[in-house]
Amino acid sequence: MNARTHPIEAIAAWLLALLWLAPLAYAFWSSLHPAAYATSFSLSAPWTLENYVRAWNQAPFGRYYINTVILVVLILIGQLVLSTLAAYAFTRFKFKGSGIAFALVLLQLMIMPDVLIVENYRIIGKLGLLDTIPAIALPYLASAFAIFLLRQTFKSIPQELVEAARVEGAGPLQILWRVYVPLARPTYVAFALVSVSYHWNNFLWPLIVTNSVGSRPLTVGLAVFGAPETGVDWSIITAATVMTMAPLLIAFLLFQRQFVQSFMRAGIR
Amino acid sequence: MRNFGRTLLAAAMLSALALTPRPAAAVDLTMYYPVAVGGPVTKVIDDMVARFEKENADIKVTAVYAGNYTDTMTKAMTAMKGGQPPQLSVLLSTDVFTLMDENAIVPMDGLVDDKAWFKEFYPAFMANGQIDGKTWSIPFQRSTIVLYWNKDAFKEAGLDPEKPPANWDEMASMAAKLVKKDASGNVTRWGIEIPTTGYAYWMLQALAIENGQKLMNEPGTEVYLTAPKTVAALDYWVDLSRKEAVMPKGSIDWATLRTDFLEGKTAMMWHTTGNLTAVKDGAKFNFGVAMLPAKERRGSPTGGGSFYIFKSATPEQQKAAVKFIKWMTAPERAAEWSIKTGYVAVSPAAYKTPTMEAYAKSFPQATVARDQLEFAVPELSVHENGRIYKFVGDAVQAAVTGTQSPKDALAGAQQQADRVLRAYK
Amino acid sequence: MTGRSETLPATSRKPRSQAWWNAVNAWLLLLPAAVLLAAFTHYPILATIRQSLYFTKRNGTEVFVGLDNYRAMAADPIFWKALINNFWFALGTIPTSIALALLMALWVNRNIRGRGFLRLAYFTPTVLPMIAVANIWLFFYTPDYGLLDQLRGLFGLAGWNWLGEPSTVMGCLIVMVIWKEAGFFMIFYLAALQQLSPDLDEAAAVEGASRWYTFRRITFPLLMPTTLFVAINAVINSFKLVDHLVIMTKGGPSNASTLLLYYIYEVAFTFQDAVYAATLTVVLLVLLSTLALLKFGYLDRRIHYQ
Repeated sequence: MNARTHPIEAIAAWLLALLWLAPLAYAFWSSLHPAAYATSFSLSAPWTLENYVRAWNQAPFGRYYINTVILVVLILIGQLVLSTLAAYAFTRFKFKGSGIAFALVLLQLMIMPDVLIVENYRIIGKLGLLDTIPAIALPYLASAFAIFLLRQTFKSIPQELVEAARVEGAGPLQILWRVYVPLARPTYVAFALVSVSYHWNNFLWPLIVTNSVGSRPLTVGLAVFGAPETGVDWSIITAATVMTMAPLLIAFLLFQRQFVQSFMRAGIR
Repeated sequence: MRNFGRTLLAAAMLSALALTPRPAAAVDLTMYYPVAVGGPVTKVIDDMVARFEKENADIKVTAVYAGNYTDTMTKAMTAMKGGQPPQLSVLLSTDVFTLMDENAIVPMDGLVDDKAWFKEFYPAFMANGQIDGKTWSIPFQRSTIVLYWNKDAFKEAGLDPEKPPANWDEMASMAAKLVKKDASGNVTRWGIEIPTTGYAYWMLQALAIENGQKLMNEPGTEVYLTAPKTVAALDYWVDLSRKEAVMPKGSIDWATLRTDFLEGKTAMMWHTTGNLTAVKDGAKFNFGVAMLPAKERRGSPTGGGSFYIFKSATPEQQKAAVKFIKWMTAPERAAEWSIKTGYVAVSPAAYKTPTMEAYAKSFPQATVARDQLEFAVPELSVHENGRIYKFVGDAVQAAVTGTQSPKDALAGAQQQADRVLRAYK
Repeated sequence: MTGRSETLPATSRKPRSQAWWNAVNAWLLLLPAAVLLAAFTHYPILATIRQSLYFTKRNGTEVFVGLDNYRAMAADPIFWKALINNFWFALGTIPTSIALALLMALWVNRNIRGRGFLRLAYFTPTVLPMIAVANIWLFFYTPDYGLLDQLRGLFGLAGWNWLGEPSTVMGCLIVMVIWKEAGFFMIFYLAALQQLSPDLDEAAAVEGASRWYTFRRITFPLLMPTTLFVAINAVINSFKLVDHLVIMTKGGPSNASTLLLYYIYEVAFTFQDAVYAATLTVVLLVLLSTLALLKFGYLDRRIHYQ
């Protein structure tokens, strides 16, 4: 908060920023030019949207988009509902075994479903859900992180408000709905942004449980599409890559401040 | 709370809607298939499947592109273990032992009315799939390795553009002439590239065969990686880059090699004939296709994928699958498939179809891989195939990157392979 | 985090039935999450450990084999390679990205021209899918016509097979991951810096302390808890980062870039060896638990002091 930033430092900061954006800039550039220019840069190269058209036609990206959106929404709603209830239980009620229960929840913070792929696959198989969108979502629906975050927030809510609601005759669920949830809104938003970006980008688990176009999310679709075995056409692959990240990137650019604050809030815990 | 509930319900319905299967036909088949070469191959498959469905309204085939061969095998096995196997799949012809061990597939013998059908295919392509007197697979996208050479580069280097190398020594010496350097001494064009990722075991096997060495036994329980002639084969390969400096150092990517060739970064390459059409469509220069050069003999392993039918499919599905396979491998379709990709058409009859005859006349490169069948041997196929391929592939990569000598690398792979294969003796 | 941890029972007229009522309510609320956590975290952990002690015969029966699978693992060179790679991967990515993150945070926290843009630029890689990032960087590293080799070409240098040489493949992946992660860590520092009192800086300035001195003696020590926190999280995270291997190297050449979780994936799904995959997973679980204990030990202390 001072004017002491040395010009050299400012220049360094800017150079680093440009360097940081360069890979992305390249992806856009390459996807918007004919294949012949993918490997040789030229300012006079003609602009074209053809790579996007071809990528879109070569693989069912429309379907992948729908799958990813369904997946992300499904996970988010599940996480919000389940973790709200669980966090409320931990905050509002004193009960035997709450300490152990909470420790068991926290266990998932260290051992994430991402590393339990073998057994989780077996369970999903036993449930007969393989190759469905719920199969991708299920292991993530109960989020220790969300429970932890909401519990912290709920604990900071003034008891006077809770008391007031109770005096008005509100039951436990009404108190949750009318007092806790509205006051925890910033936490919800923060968690939602983190969750959506995590699951939009998630790859290994969806790769394992999905087999077909009907359930593949974008990331898996992109990996299958860009499988280098088919020979590498950089322009089309970068177009597909840009398509995969575009929605999240646009959301990020529009709500930049919100994103950064959310990650901050969620990150500090 | 009610709002949450409503949203959840809506989401559940939305996803249920998304998952609703298409109206059921009499028989539904799911097929996984891989793509290992360039070009719009998925489109070709989709198109063929659509035509099949038109002719056979009672059968519905869902063809799922699942990545490369390894990915597809992984998907098929994983789906099977998860209780949702496909009814048929195109998988490496060499995965047969693994599929048998996993109790995944049924032999075709009991499913066809007339076994004379098996005789319509090239015996070399049937070899990998016939075990214990039973036929476990029907060849589909089959190949041999061929040598692609850039005629323009040959001319430029003062070589006869119509004469590809016939043996190992020639290949090395021609490659040396084809290497081009810029003013600062950096190589702008290599003489030869042999891919070392993805299917390194395949390339090593080709070299071993040419050197007169088998790589495995018939029952698929032994590999011969430390045989002196196998080691000599890898020595030759490694020397091309480390000693002769006619091939780039480090691993050479299977996938980008075609681009290297098309961009003129290498004057010759070893690759599957399945890439032929993609090369033909992309080449801005004259190129030729030749059989692989000989050391003691000519030779290439066969390669590529065959149809398998899964045990868990219902009898009706198995019948329908046979029908589909018959349709896909019929001479006209085999010819069409060969023309659109470069794979070898699987039956001699396919080469007698008018379309194929006309194509071969205008583009003689199209029959080189088939002619090479005369010298072909079955591709490396053993139990625990995926693992063994990894061991061999790792050894080849260790050798070409100079991490280990060919001898040590292969000795390590042999040791690991022996340990895994011990269980099957 | 302000902790007000006392929980108030709704009424205290009938203490015993109240406690019972509380417990029922609480467990009902917990039930959905508890079922899913048990099914996809707790049970799988136990099942993995059990599986690692058994051998599945070809006919499907299981035999208890004690530590045999672990002995086989100890004799598996690829396992050791993966484990060592994980170590180098963590060591290569974490300190550098943390240092960069701190630098970025210091810049962005200051009154620098175009602050918003800088923050945006640094943070953007964080929101991109690893798969997409791998696709883009794969091109940079492609030999000869890749971006990096074209740049080398400008200086008259020969092409280099970046991902195809064991000596450079890990370094290349590390650089990419630093690019992807630094902006994420920056956020934590930014949050911490904003909580530091600006008076400290000013006081130091009045005292005539140099910027470097202020940073070294005041800011950096004050940020130490954040650094520790970020570091532990980063290490845990580094065990999960394998998506890029699927696209870029498949663990090659010759396992030079393979990581433990990727090897588990390969063993489990490509080689279909669930038993060995479970054995490898146990190693990963032990590593993660150790780190977690470290983390919670540290977190607990932090909560006490605030």
